[in-house]
Amino acid sequence: MSDRAEGATPTPPGGSGPDGRGDAPAGALGGWRVEELGGGQVRPVVRAPDPVLSRPGARVDPTDAEVVRLAADLVATMRVSPGCVGLAAPQVGVGLQVFAVDVAAHPKAATVHGTFVLCNAEVVEASRWKAGREGCMSVPELTGDVKRAGRVTVRGQLPGSGAEVTLCTDAFEARALQHEIDHCAGLLFLDRVGGAHAVYQRKVYL
Amino acid sequence: MNELAITVIGHDRPGIVADVAEVLAGLGANLTDSTMTRLRGHFAMTLICNGPAAAGVEAALAPLCADGQLLATVRQVRPETGAAPAGEPYVLSVHGADRLGIVAAVTRALAAAGGNVTDLTTRLSGALYLVVAEVELPAGAAEQVSGRLAEAAERLGVEVTLRPADTDLL
Repeated sequence: MSDRAEGATPTPPGGSGPDGRGDAPAGALGGWRVEELGGGQVRPVVRAPDPVLSRPGARVDPTDAEVVRLAADLVATMRVSPGCVGLAAPQVGVGLQVFAVDVAAHPKAATVHGTFVLCNAEVVEASRWKAGREGCMSVPELTGDVKRAGRVTVRGQLPGSGAEVTLCTDAFEARALQHEIDHCAGLLFLDRVGGAHAVYQRKVYL
Repeated sequence: MNELAITVIGHDRPGIVADVAEVLAGLGANLTDSTMTRLRGHFAMTLICNGPAAAGVEAALAPLCADGQLLATVRQVRPETGAAPAGEPYVLSVHGADRLGIVAAVTRALAAAGGNVTDLTTRLSGALYLVVAEVELPAGAAEQVSGRLAEAAERLGVEVTLRPADTDLL
């Protein structure tokens, strides 16, 4: 995902969303905070047609120190990338099921869980399908119209504790989660574009 | 009236559509279906018109091509009677490292199963080559086509997905 989300203010779980938008259900992340990961390092982002982007990622042990470091690096890389609202491990060349998301500053976001990282995540419920434009740091020159669920329930594990969490979200955060879960399954938005006229040359990257 | 197939391709600049449409309107040629886009910076128009004889239309477009920047062709075509039988609509997506023969191989796999391409776009974006095609497949052929496409993809080292097209209508 690539719409501008710079300067995001992480929203504490259950706290007030920016602009009076919907709050995340209290405690959805069990009080987990991104600071628990420690500082991460920025990693280079790989681009299609790198084969790592098309291979299903392996499941991880979320308590593994390497996985926690990867999680911190994903957050660090996402934060320095203009417009980046989510980044998955395959995008930094690592074929594992880990991704970071932060849509807090995006105007199309409604429910917002702030900055978080999920391991081994899966969509368990999806509804309210709607087409929308997506971009991707790994496909920097193209965008496409993709139909995604506007309301999802996602189950995954938090890096560090390994605690299993279930997030219910909607709108832009739901789209971002589906895009990142696809990355972890070896899929790009290009695999889901709606038709021959649903792919566009990006005019500016933001 | 004749049904005419017209193509105009060349260096993009403001006013190509206006210039061509003006000539056609002046001749009483009625522009029916058309598609116009930029392909790697070239402007490309493909259109079907009802109008006078092809040679006269091509001659009228010739001044637009005099500076060598545009190429226009006009041919008479037989009107199509009735739509081809519709199959089940699918969207095919292919992406991977650019190499010769990707479109040939995947469309051959479709054609071998009786699949009909109704719309197709390709993009070369850096090292990435992308094909998105809308295809109609004979009823029940999707599984077999998916198998053939997977074999072609394996040979080419590209990724292929075939999904039912979204047919939601209001």
